[in-house]
Amino acid sequence: MEGETLKHLAAGLAIGLGAIGPAIGEGIIASKSLEAIGRNPEAANKITPLMFAAMAITESTGIYALVVALIILFG
Amino acid sequence: MELSISLAPDILFNIGSMPITNTLFWSFFVSLFLIVITLIINRSLKSVPGTLQNIVEILIEGSYLFVQTITGSNKKTKYLFPLVFTMFIFIAIANIFVFIPGQSAITLDNGEGSVPLFRAVMSDYGMVFILTIISIIAMQVAAIATNGPFKYIGKFLNFKGPLEFFLGLMDFIGELAKILSLSFRLFGNIFAGETLTAVLLFLLPFIAPLPFMFLGILTAIVQAFVFATLTLVFVTMASEKV
Repeated sequence: MEGETLKHLAAGLAIGLGAIGPAIGEGIIASKSLEAIGRNPEAANKITPLMFAAMAITESTGIYALVVALIILFG
Repeated sequence: MELSISLAPDILFNIGSMPITNTLFWSFFVSLFLIVITLIINRSLKSVPGTLQNIVEILIEGSYLFVQTITGSNKKTKYLFPLVFTMFIFIAIANIFVFIPGQSAITLDNGEGSVPLFRAVMSDYGMVFILTIISIIAMQVAAIATNGPFKYIGKFLNFKGPLEFFLGLMDFIGELAKILSLSFRLFGNIFAGETLTAVLLFLLPFIAPLPFMFLGILTAIVQAFVFATLTLVFVTMASEKV
């Protein structure tokens, strides 16, 4: 295979495999916080910002994969 | 039309041997905006607040209480609040200003071709790296100030036993990893947002980019919040006695 083809393949694999973990993690966070809101609807205002912050932190591993993929493609 | 995505910011012009990039220009613009707003509010402080003063008061009071709940002491809050809140407001404003319509249409000729005058500040890794270094230095200063220099070094170089020595080395690697994880999180999110918008504008210029831009506004605020909060949590953790 040519170098350019391998580069595209590597970038695709990097982001594709790297997106699995954060997707599962964010799903767990969303389901747990929705459960919590269902049990105690008054606490929704407190839970929602925490949920977003936790999601942003969980997302970061996916973002690392994305940065690696972008560096492979454009760097 | 060609898709142009680059990791490094474009150089507008040179002052002496120092290149002025479009992200640097934009960050000065953001700083100027913040300074002007601060001066306006500072000059017109009233006991019965107007609209602008009300907004700022709510923002500062709310975030001060939030910082207090995390640090758990008045003294630490007084030291930490200015640093953390400045980081939050600078990152948030810099990210939000990207959504001003038409700003990417203004271009400048730098001799080699036309480059856009404005670009998202946090999509320049240098800017994010400097902010991260500031927060890392704040962490180390807090750790040295509470535990003293010898205990601080003793945390990393521990000769009590092989396991302690290994754990000390792991602590050292953990400090280094914080630099990468903090900076890549912010940089990656903002750069990915920019790239996604560019790609979508290239594929389908009319309706399709809109939902992603809404998502971008959410990311802009949440990432500023996460960066400031993580700095706060790390410094608070570092300032606890070993």
